[in-house]
Amino acid sequence: MTATENAGTPPTDDAPVPDPNAVQITVNGVAHTARKGQLVIEAAADAGVYIPRFCYHERMTPVGKCRMCLVEADSGRGPAVTVSCMVPVMPDMKVETESPMAKRMQEGVLELLLANHPLDCPVCDKGGECPLQDQTMTHGPGESRFVEEKRHYEKPIPISDLVFLDRERCILCDRCTRFADEVAGDALIHFISRGNTTQVMTFPDEPFASYFSGNTVQICPVGALTAKPYRFKARPWDLEEIESTCTTCAVGCRTVVQSSRDELLRSQGVDSDPVNWGWMCDKGRFGFEAVRTERVTEPLVRTAHGLEPTGWNAALRSAVQLIEDGKLAAGPSAVAVIGGARGSNEDAFAWARLAHDVIDTPHVYAQMGDGLPVGMLAMPRATIDDTAAASTIVLLGPDLKEELPVLYLRVRDAVQKRRVRIVEFTPRESGLTSLAWKSAVYEPGGQVEAVRAALADPEIADQLAAGPVVVIAGRSNLAESSGATVQAVQTLLAGVPGATVLPAFRRGNVVGALQVGMRPRPGGLDTRGILQAAADGKIECLVLVGADPLADFPDTDLARRALAGARRIVSVDTHLSASAQHADVVLPAAAFGEKSGTTTNLEGRVTTLGRKVTAAGTSRPDWMIATAIARGLGTDLGFRSVDDVTDAIARMVDGYEGVTRDALADSADGVLSAPPATIAAIDPVEVEVPVRNSYDYRLVVTRKLYDAGVTVSNSPSLAHLAPGQRVHLHPLDVERVGVQPGADVRVSSSRSAAVMRVEADPTVLRGTAWIAFNQPGGNVGDLIDSTAIVTDVRIENL
Amino acid sequence: MSSYPWAAGYIDDGDRPKIVTSRFHLEDGYTLERYQATGGYDGLRRALAKSPAEVHDEVRGATILGRGGAGFPAGTKWGLMPADKYPRYLVVNGDESEPGTYKDRLLMERDPHQLIEGCLIAAYAAGLAQVFLYIRGEMPLAHERVGQALNEAYAAGYVGTNILGTDFSVDIVLHWGAGAYVVGEETALIESLEGKRGEPRLKPPFFPAAIGLYGQPTIVNNVETLSNLPWLLVNGMEAYTAIGTQTSPGTRMVAVSGHVNRPGVYEIVNGTTTFRDLLYGDEFCQGIRNGNELKAFVPGGGSAPWFTPEQLDLPFEGRLVGAAGSMLGSGAIMVMDHTTDIPAAALTLTHFYAAESCGQCTPCREGGTWLERVLSRIVDGNGTPADLDQLLEIGESICPGAFPHASSSALGLEATPFPYKMTTICFVGPSAYAPVHSALTLFRSEFEAKITRRNSIPVTAVHATPETAGAH
Amino acid sequence: MSDTALEAGASASGSRHTVDPGRPEHPSGDDRFALVDTHLRRVHDAQDQLIETLHVAQDVFGFLSDDVLLYVARALRLPPSMVYGVATFYHLFTFEPPGEHTCTVCTGTACFVKGADDIVADVATAHGVHVGDTSADGRLTLRTARCLGSCGLAPVVVLDGVVHGHQSPSGALALLDGELGGVR
Repeated sequence: MTATENAGTPPTDDAPVPDPNAVQITVNGVAHTARKGQLVIEAAADAGVYIPRFCYHERMTPVGKCRMCLVEADSGRGPAVTVSCMVPVMPDMKVETESPMAKRMQEGVLELLLANHPLDCPVCDKGGECPLQDQTMTHGPGESRFVEEKRHYEKPIPISDLVFLDRERCILCDRCTRFADEVAGDALIHFISRGNTTQVMTFPDEPFASYFSGNTVQICPVGALTAKPYRFKARPWDLEEIESTCTTCAVGCRTVVQSSRDELLRSQGVDSDPVNWGWMCDKGRFGFEAVRTERVTEPLVRTAHGLEPTGWNAALRSAVQLIEDGKLAAGPSAVAVIGGARGSNEDAFAWARLAHDVIDTPHVYAQMGDGLPVGMLAMPRATIDDTAAASTIVLLGPDLKEELPVLYLRVRDAVQKRRVRIVEFTPRESGLTSLAWKSAVYEPGGQVEAVRAALADPEIADQLAAGPVVVIAGRSNLAESSGATVQAVQTLLAGVPGATVLPAFRRGNVVGALQVGMRPRPGGLDTRGILQAAADGKIECLVLVGADPLADFPDTDLARRALAGARRIVSVDTHLSASAQHADVVLPAAAFGEKSGTTTNLEGRVTTLGRKVTAAGTSRPDWMIATAIARGLGTDLGFRSVDDVTDAIARMVDGYEGVTRDALADSADGVLSAPPATIAAIDPVEVEVPVRNSYDYRLVVTRKLYDAGVTVSNSPSLAHLAPGQRVHLHPLDVERVGVQPGADVRVSSSRSAAVMRVEADPTVLRGTAWIAFNQPGGNVGDLIDSTAIVTDVRIENL
Repeated sequence: MSSYPWAAGYIDDGDRPKIVTSRFHLEDGYTLERYQATGGYDGLRRALAKSPAEVHDEVRGATILGRGGAGFPAGTKWGLMPADKYPRYLVVNGDESEPGTYKDRLLMERDPHQLIEGCLIAAYAAGLAQVFLYIRGEMPLAHERVGQALNEAYAAGYVGTNILGTDFSVDIVLHWGAGAYVVGEETALIESLEGKRGEPRLKPPFFPAAIGLYGQPTIVNNVETLSNLPWLLVNGMEAYTAIGTQTSPGTRMVAVSGHVNRPGVYEIVNGTTTFRDLLYGDEFCQGIRNGNELKAFVPGGGSAPWFTPEQLDLPFEGRLVGAAGSMLGSGAIMVMDHTTDIPAAALTLTHFYAAESCGQCTPCREGGTWLERVLSRIVDGNGTPADLDQLLEIGESICPGAFPHASSSALGLEATPFPYKMTTICFVGPSAYAPVHSALTLFRSEFEAKITRRNSIPVTAVHATPETAGAH
Repeated sequence: MSDTALEAGASASGSRHTVDPGRPEHPSGDDRFALVDTHLRRVHDAQDQLIETLHVAQDVFGFLSDDVLLYVARALRLPPSMVYGVATFYHLFTFEPPGEHTCTVCTGTACFVKGADDIVADVATAHGVHVGDTSADGRLTLRTARCLGSCGLAPVVVLDGVVHGHQSPSGALALLDGELGGVR
């Protein structure tokens, strides 16, 4: 029965109701039910027939340029040459992918593609995993008859600090250029010239400096684009790989980690539909270099000569001793644990058990004073997909492009393709401002007013009432207390009942760590409280689990006083961070790629981490270290393997009941956890913002993707990409200071003063000063007072 | 009097109906004053006195076949737009650049108001909000004349708001091309109008009538097509269809170049005039130069498969020419006499299309250049016997299946009718192959001769022969 | 209390690309940019006016330098790479300063069959210039065109914008001598 007959015949009682979205086709003679609107190339794939392709990429708009996917399709008017990546299925369509004509076209296109393609496969990075090579084997004519001289271009030219372009190998499929424009919004590469001399190129002296450039290397169907960190490092057949999750930030992009000879060599994005769609940011993709750079490879104990290497037994004994001494001296509350957000759920859970159950201290916290209170997790939670499907996204957080880059891609896609509207509240223009329907740039502390004004605007109110609203909430300014943002979110949720929240928490597994227990018990202190207590001499033993307050806590002066004031410090870390250098005992921790387990992303999705290489030196996973210390303190946590910890989380953590190893094995896209009921909602906050002295500038401090943090500074390919410390002022304010852009100025707060270059930046609001956090060449944290609602600075001409 | 210094190339000997070239004999035919004095804008007045649907019916009834190349009836084309999607646009294709074609340039230079009036009638009939007039960048005089005419027409109230006191309003915007043959393809033209690289869009889904300029329904019409409308509105459908044949009514402009005694642009009667009339007729080209033999001719622009003297008696009738293995295309006839070096002539055409490929789709970008390289090697005396089949193989990768060609009793060949299948996005790729295929199919021995004479005798191109030297 | 300002961002449907808002400063303060600005104002900085704007810029500057392309890109809020891609697609745009005089020989099919190649060769030899280049003394730029649509006048030579039909090698050389004052 044909679909047309179906449409005219009302279904009888016993006949199944026809699916209005079903389209009956045949693929190479075999009947198949496709979806309405589905492209022929996808429908054929569902029917088990792979149609060769180069330009087609399921996550980008089809362009039909390479012509490799030509098939014959008959929709009733005879077989027609059909571009299967552009044409949707039609009722009763007969698709022939292997007819003599289809075969002839595929062979023809392949031969033409190879005509000018150099046969340098033996020295090409792509050799062995090259779609052109593979499809030549499966669909090619078998020999090339092209005896003319091939096209010649200068061999690989760098188009950015990370990517090389070999135009001779390029088949002009438009994947990289489409990605740059359509997906990343960084249209820095484009086709230039025409015809046979068409080539991909940047504008002269404007490199392809995109945070997402590595994706173009991954999707290049030939070896035209290669990544500097991987060039000539290995052959694909020498690589071993395992699926994992990137923990560089809290988006949790699925990735495949590849190694050769026990060394991490490459990360590739894996297409996880609810999360990253195959994309990664360059920091996540290339940051693996830090795993093999400057690691702490053996335990260190402070002696009269400084930190000295020692064995694990001695080091663990020392750590246990320091904790016991602390408890003996001033009770369990004199021990505090900060960290856990950089590891796995298992690491955090083991440390939470150790801290809460064994040491018995209430002072445990996974955040570094640069996020929002843990109570944000108790708000009605949205997933990334919910966000992309909303009718309005309210941004009340950091610049997603800088802090959660792949979430930025998803939001960008939602705006561009699904016409979702953004209402943005930001202290300076963000990566999404140009896509926002409404953008309110507020002076620090002014977000509550801005939200009230928006709610009072009839046009915005109508939009917010029109459909689902998701608020992406996070810390937008490190030089401002989180209270202002919390109050703004509360104000918004009060005004928009039913709105849900996607917490824009940044650090890799911060949501997981908080949910499995790395949070204060009632009466416990958060990180600022712990550091203040330490500075006040009330902490006998401070344990830093992958935490570096000197680099990450916004108020550097407090962090410095805390490390000086804590009597003893135990640091568990992968690298000898600035803070670890103050420790009495340093226990080397296994890093990404060196341990398995699970992680939780910002929407609460739990996915697996893969272990691909041996841990550096004698380093161990954090959970194992916690277990050993617990044992030293006389308690057996019962963890013999990481699986034991995973099972314990599922058994013991509220919200993780469904996150079993079986469930994780069954679901490629992970399992959603729920926030534990014991995380209390935040009480209504009222922030009193002080008036700004008109001579002063209100300080905005935000993170850039590339900074002086451990990952970037230990990844040789990325380290030099951090822009450095500058103060950005509105051009008119630069004039007011009386200097030329580029000159050095003195920036002083109530805390400290620093000299840095000034930039004229029209994206900065007048009366505010923007400085990027934790950049090489300076530390803006010295200027920040974390007890203040806002930080004002004076800027003077030297 | 047969030609005019101000309309170089145009010849109007004989007593034939003139629909679009009626003012070419006037030196100032391009001015508003002269245009009005010779019945200009009467067609618009008549159109505005009717309903848009009536005007559309009149155009549909007249079966004005598109003069840009595809020959699709204008009235039918206008009817393809979705009924409820507005605004709709008219794009005027004045990017005439098919080799051998130069009629639209004359129409724009000599009678720009006629074109503007045609645009207005089309806009009225099809409910079009705005007209975009795209003129090829290599035609500065056309640009100047149309620009001047537009200024005059705006000032006189023919264009703009409340045209001639009615509530019909339309704006006409002039765009100047920047040099790219492929922009003559209607979807590439639309891309170019949007300020982008002139790369053709894929059809489906981008049929301009449905998704055209700025994503809106768009009609793309050729300059000559639109220039027919004022006459049609003044004289009526019956008068129009009384000229020519039922399936090819009216007149059409043809541009003849190459080895004829009197190359030029002629307005001929559609459907009845034959190629023999055109090439040998006294009022037309007056035979082959120097009394030479006709060897081959291209009947419809450089992309068209070639004809030989066997096809001379075919009339200018699209279906018959299509059945005979070629197309009328843009109305450019290129004539080659017996002195012509066929492989070299094919090479110049293939070179043109290969160089004008936009480069976005593989078969055209790579195939066109490859054809040109092999052909060039053959012409230079460095060909090998395998090269000839190689050319056909490359061609089949661009146009799979049988490629149209003319019949040849001498070679015992039956005609393969138009059209062809193609693996490319647009016709530029097949156009690079058409001359190769025609030349090889009809004159294979000339290629073989060059290969046999490999590296022995320098190959003489057509222009190096003594006969040609004397013809200048 | 705060400088809160609610402003509509660029709507996703309205703008194709957004790079750097605001009219850039004239690099170098060259007055000729004012002429480009006049055009830009007339077309309201519309992005689809890129090709027209490049025409104007080339008319004003004689050729399109990287500076000029960047200026146009910023003014129209288009990615410079895209502007570069568009400019290089069309062969009437040129990126090198032309010579004092420009001679274009049509090498379309009609002109070719009538001997255009000989004209090109003779002009190139006599003036020591390659096709597409400018002579060392900067006096003559030699270009070829693939069909200028004047096939009835074939072969055609365009000297400084003036079309000369029915040319021969010797005629073309004489024409050049007239304009350039002879070959030295």
